[in-house]
Amino acid sequence: MTLPNDFRPDAETLARLRDRARFVRLETIRLIEIAKVGHYSSVFSAAEIFAALYYDVMRLSPDPKWPDRDRFLMGKGHAAVGLFPIYADKGWLDPALLDNYTRLGSPLGDHPDMRKVPGVDFSSGSIGHALSNGVGMAFGGRMQGRDFTTFVMLGDGEMQEGQVWEAATCAAHHHLSRLVAIVDRNGFQLDGEVDREMSIEPLADKWRAFGWEVHEVDGHDPSALTALLRRVRADKDRERPCCIVAHTSKGKGVSYMETEPGWHLGYLAPEDAEAARREIIETEI
Amino acid sequence: MSGLLSDQSWQYRALTDRNPGLAHLSDGLIDLMEDGHPVVAGSADLKYSNGLYQFERRYPDRYIQFGISEQNMVSAAAGLASTGMMPFVATFASFLGLLACEQIRMDIAYCAQPVRLIGHHTGISMGFYGTSHHATEDIGTMRSIADLTIVSPADGPQLRAAIRASAEHDRPIYFRTGRSQEPDIYGPDTTFEFGRAVRHGAGRDLSIIACGMPVHPALEAAAILGAEGISVGVIDMATIKPLDRAAVLDAAARAGRLMTVEEHNVVGGLGAAVAEVLADEGLPVRLHRHGIKDSFALIAPPTHLYAHYQLDADGIASVARNFLRQG
Repeated sequence: MTLPNDFRPDAETLARLRDRARFVRLETIRLIEIAKVGHYSSVFSAAEIFAALYYDVMRLSPDPKWPDRDRFLMGKGHAAVGLFPIYADKGWLDPALLDNYTRLGSPLGDHPDMRKVPGVDFSSGSIGHALSNGVGMAFGGRMQGRDFTTFVMLGDGEMQEGQVWEAATCAAHHHLSRLVAIVDRNGFQLDGEVDREMSIEPLADKWRAFGWEVHEVDGHDPSALTALLRRVRADKDRERPCCIVAHTSKGKGVSYMETEPGWHLGYLAPEDAEAARREIIETEI
Repeated sequence: MSGLLSDQSWQYRALTDRNPGLAHLSDGLIDLMEDGHPVVAGSADLKYSNGLYQFERRYPDRYIQFGISEQNMVSAAAGLASTGMMPFVATFASFLGLLACEQIRMDIAYCAQPVRLIGHHTGISMGFYGTSHHATEDIGTMRSIADLTIVSPADGPQLRAAIRASAEHDRPIYFRTGRSQEPDIYGPDTTFEFGRAVRHGAGRDLSIIACGMPVHPALEAAAILGAEGISVGVIDMATIKPLDRAAVLDAAARAGRLMTVEEHNVVGGLGAAVAEVLADEGLPVRLHRHGIKDSFALIAPPTHLYAHYQLDADGIASVARNFLRQG
């Protein structure tokens, strides 16, 4: 796919997005040290996508409840730990709450809760619901004459949930063109490699067959990723929903996590966390 | 083609013409639209069963056909509500309260989205369609979900009144409605208050607490027993959650004997809710829970099933007599 040059971010933007993706990874390590267990690698595969959306592509406001804001839903809610620092950075959430992540009474848990955490557009945790929530938001926007875009990040393991395909059918049938699904195709689910446990291929062809416009992109290339997201968001002529299959690496940025599926859930002792931090700081993605 | 058929033949889409009671749901939604509420209605391939095609005809841009995908419909309704719409989504109670139970819990109740869920054709009203279409567990599943209001209207006018009243009730609601062939109890001007039972007579010997379809036969049973000199009051417990505890305690104080009647498993349903109140309060009151006795119902036409399970007037009167005969 050839992108017009004007969708490509400039060097300054790219540097900022890389910095924010690094910030997401470092904060994730810090917060999980407090919880003593968490989903590092699920955040690391999505860090560039989070950065591109929240620091460039999405239409946002200082008011996290602004009705015309773009929405971002997390089908893979277990990566919420990577989003909370962004919400604090945006000024929606008291940064001091991060220091008490998951402790008794904290609004911040392993999964996002819209009733407790400003910035969360919809709660999640039960895999498979989020695309349907996004279908409802897209309907709501259209009925109210609002032009916001609803982005829904889905895990690749989530493709195994039947409800995803109910929502995909519904969105295409009703021409919900302001709905964008992003599949974080990092290749691993809890029990192991996705295509070993329950194959989901041919993934892009499945979405095409369901009537969606489909794009594939390197989910760790901030330039290509941001350009694609900008273009998809700007396209007002599209008459169908859009799915982006983002090819990513689970655990991206910390080398041993990229090759070891067991890191879906885990804990880094302080000295290992320090080494992981160093690798994240010293490696350019 | 209809000219080729006799007057006795009919097809699915003529269902509402044969049963005007089904129109109460659409009429209630049209009332809300006319009052300026941002209503959106949806169903899962059952718009002729629940009459929502009438709403669709009036407001085509506010009706969503979800197809046969109840879970997607429920989760999408939650997304709609989050944007400020007022969604009403309807399907058979067997699918809504059971198949989509987890979506109701997560996306609607936990997220506090003011979605109105309409589970219609509850209990054994689907008769010979069989267990897949019976809903004798939905009160139990819905009642155990926090922050969810449960309403079981006894007739069409009460359903319409409850739908209108829901505009001021900014919380998730599960409506449990029958097949709209129940005789009317209330007039067209009836009003509805969430959490407030409707009392019919005082009842010195027995209070019957019922919800939904059985309210009408319970009233008939009270009249039958009254003619025999037995004083029976009936409480229409139209809101199952939050339960009108004061009404239960008042009935217990008057009669000392309570009987619940429901088109539902006696485990987890209205009877269980009333028993919880009595146990919480430590009241020495006899309670008989009448309904489906922890079994899957037989198949038969609905009225035959009501007779078999003693959920018609004669059956309820008979169960009440036996209960009163016990010491």
